[in-house]
Amino acid sequence: MLSIKNLRASVEGKEILKGLNLEVKAGEVHAIMGPNGSGKSTLASTITGKDSYDVTGGQVLLDGKDLLELSPEDRAREGVFLAFQYPVEIPGVSNINFLRTALNEIRNYRGLPQLEAKEFLKLVKERQKLVEFDAALANRSLNEGFSGGEKKRNEIFQLAMLEPKLSILDETDSGLDIDALRIVANGVNKLRSEKNAFIIITHYQRLLDYIVPDFVHVLYNGQIVKSGGKELALELEEKGYDWIKEPADEKELV
Amino acid sequence: MITKINNQLYDQLVADFEVRSIISASSESNELHALREDAFEHFKKLGFPTTKVEDWKYTNLTPFLKQAYATEIDDENITITDSALAKAAIAGLDCYKVVLVNGKYNAGLSDVIGEEGIGVSALSSAVNDASFKAHFGKYTKIDQFHFAALNTALFNDGLFIEVKKNAVVKKPVHIIHLLSSAGNIFIQPRFLFVLGSNAEVSIVESFVTADDCAAVFVNNVAEIVLDENAHMQHYYVQTGTEQTRMVQQTDVSQQASSVYNNYKASFPGAALLRNNFNVALNAENIESHLWGLYLAGGKQVVDNHTIVDHRKPHCQSNELYKGVMKDEAIAVFNGKIFVRKDAQKTNAFQQNNNLMLSQKAVVDSKPQLEIYADDVKCSHGSTVGQFNKEALFYLKSRGIGEEKARALLIHAFAFDVTEKMPHDAIQAHINHLIEDGLK
Ligand SMILES: Nc1ncnc2c1ncn2[C@@H]1O[C@H](COP(=O)(O)OP(=O)(O)OP(=O)(O)O)[C@@H](O)[C@H]1O
Ligand SMILES: [Mg+2]
Repeated sequence: MLSIKNLRASVEGKEILKGLNLEVKAGEVHAIMGPNGSGKSTLASTITGKDSYDVTGGQVLLDGKDLLELSPEDRAREGVFLAFQYPVEIPGVSNINFLRTALNEIRNYRGLPQLEAKEFLKLVKERQKLVEFDAALANRSLNEGFSGGEKKRNEIFQLAMLEPKLSILDETDSGLDIDALRIVANGVNKLRSEKNAFIIITHYQRLLDYIVPDFVHVLYNGQIVKSGGKELALELEEKGYDWIKEPADEKELV
Repeated sequence: MITKINNQLYDQLVADFEVRSIISASSESNELHALREDAFEHFKKLGFPTTKVEDWKYTNLTPFLKQAYATEIDDENITITDSALAKAAIAGLDCYKVVLVNGKYNAGLSDVIGEEGIGVSALSSAVNDASFKAHFGKYTKIDQFHFAALNTALFNDGLFIEVKKNAVVKKPVHIIHLLSSAGNIFIQPRFLFVLGSNAEVSIVESFVTADDCAAVFVNNVAEIVLDENAHMQHYYVQTGTEQTRMVQQTDVSQQASSVYNNYKASFPGAALLRNNFNVALNAENIESHLWGLYLAGGKQVVDNHTIVDHRKPHCQSNELYKGVMKDEAIAVFNGKIFVRKDAQKTNAFQQNNNLMLSQKAVVDSKPQLEIYADDVKCSHGSTVGQFNKEALFYLKSRGIGEEKARALLIHAFAFDVTEKMPHDAIQAHINHLIEDGLK
């Protein structure tokens, strides 16, 4: 599904991603961990097409299509979704109106008819249940005045509505209370299928207890420096990153 | 320093006044005649302002005033089409319709208002009314405002609305100001709205210009009086064509515990829109709110000058004007708040925010506070900014295209003003006009 080869990206002239490789197949869940500032959010932004990041080399293919050639909206329409680490508040744009616009734009791109208001509301109700997202909140302005946890839940609610192929969750677990974490994780598990894939960026093993990954990667200094199975997350939880950083730093010096 | 524009129009108006003065002397009250004379003296002193006049610094009238205009309207030049009137229609608004064509009340096109407690008539037929005599010309400062002085001297008609004491008008009154003329005209309609104590009314004023209309320069003056505890919701919806030039003065005078809410929205089209908006809070416990939205495009000049004058204690005013600037449009915002020595415990807020969609658009924003009381809460400010990039990316990352994403953010920007409008149908109407204006 997703194939990233030797990806290099920089912000304001500073190189952040330094030749990153990652292969994600349909049906898989990949966790990406790594110290603060290592480039995890940068990777997410580069895949989704944020224009403050300059791609200086490499390739990102989604089912063979070159994502780097596409506008952010077309990437989303192709099936890329990012649950943001820091979702923005947009006062004056209603949550519902926004979702309806988004869904119809995506359907239009895929040659599907617009959803009637009734069908749309049915879908909203159904998907709200999936993430147990309070209906009253959905009638408010987009993320405005939402608590940190509510914003994260709203991201997953949007994910459930838009049914992307590839979902990237950037620290969705941070700011969630224990119950909310379980609810969100359950929602994601219900959305998992043979046809989609998830990249889960997190600092904590806890989320991975609920959403069990097929692979765990460590991103450090702009590269994936270690990959393994779900046990790797446990090992990191126990040992921290130093044992990975040192060999990686040495390698860079050489 | 040259502060007056000399042109043919000026000479023409001087000649017009000689005739007007003779007619007035023989057909109008001594008081009104004297007021006209006085007003014209002031106009002659003030003239048409050049950009050397502080309040007209950014708005150059010369190109608009040098055109030739007839000051007498030839009825044969007027055609009224349904399509022109339809521009003002507000879907879903159950209202009393009142139509003025080139500033003249048109009874045939207007609804008969059966409700007791409200009277609507041509201004010319109200001049002997007690209420007219009590209020007309009492609130507009003819020694300060160039165009208002001229209007006071030369107006010949307009509209008079009186809402009697304790009357609560059930439906909004929708005034449609239609401009339609085959030849260029300079018109000076005059308005007086009087609300008795405890009276309540909503008045919606839509300004539209027929597609094939020649150049029209409108010099409007409205005086609005609210007696104790009167409540008024007042909308201005300003549209027009390249041929529309409008200077609109509104003087609101409020008594104790009255509430005046103004919602003003203007859209691309009219070449010149100048609004002088003055509110005087003359007693205690008054509320006055001015919510303004301007979507400016093309080479339009939109100039809003407002004065909120707190004269007595325990009053509250809010003013929020938001501008969306396209193309090479020019917007001026000049808001003054006065808090007089007597006006303790005043709450007065003022804000002007602008969203620039084009690098060639220009905004001159000048909020001003003059406070002479010490126990008050006041604030003012202005901003000029572009789209929030983070918000734009967020919307796009959900599959929403650039254009739609921008439109959503513009509606959101305007929402702070539109959400204040208590009539849903009008809010929807304004949102439609925003969409059209963005095309
Ligand atoms: N817009 C920007 N301008 C300047 N520097 C940036 C910008 N965005 C990211 N960076 C820098 O790039 C590096 C990687 O940041 P990134 O947000 O990708 O880290 P992260 O791995 O997501 O960290 P965290 O775990 O704290 O979320 C950091 O050093 C950060 O300061
Ligand atoms: Mg991050």
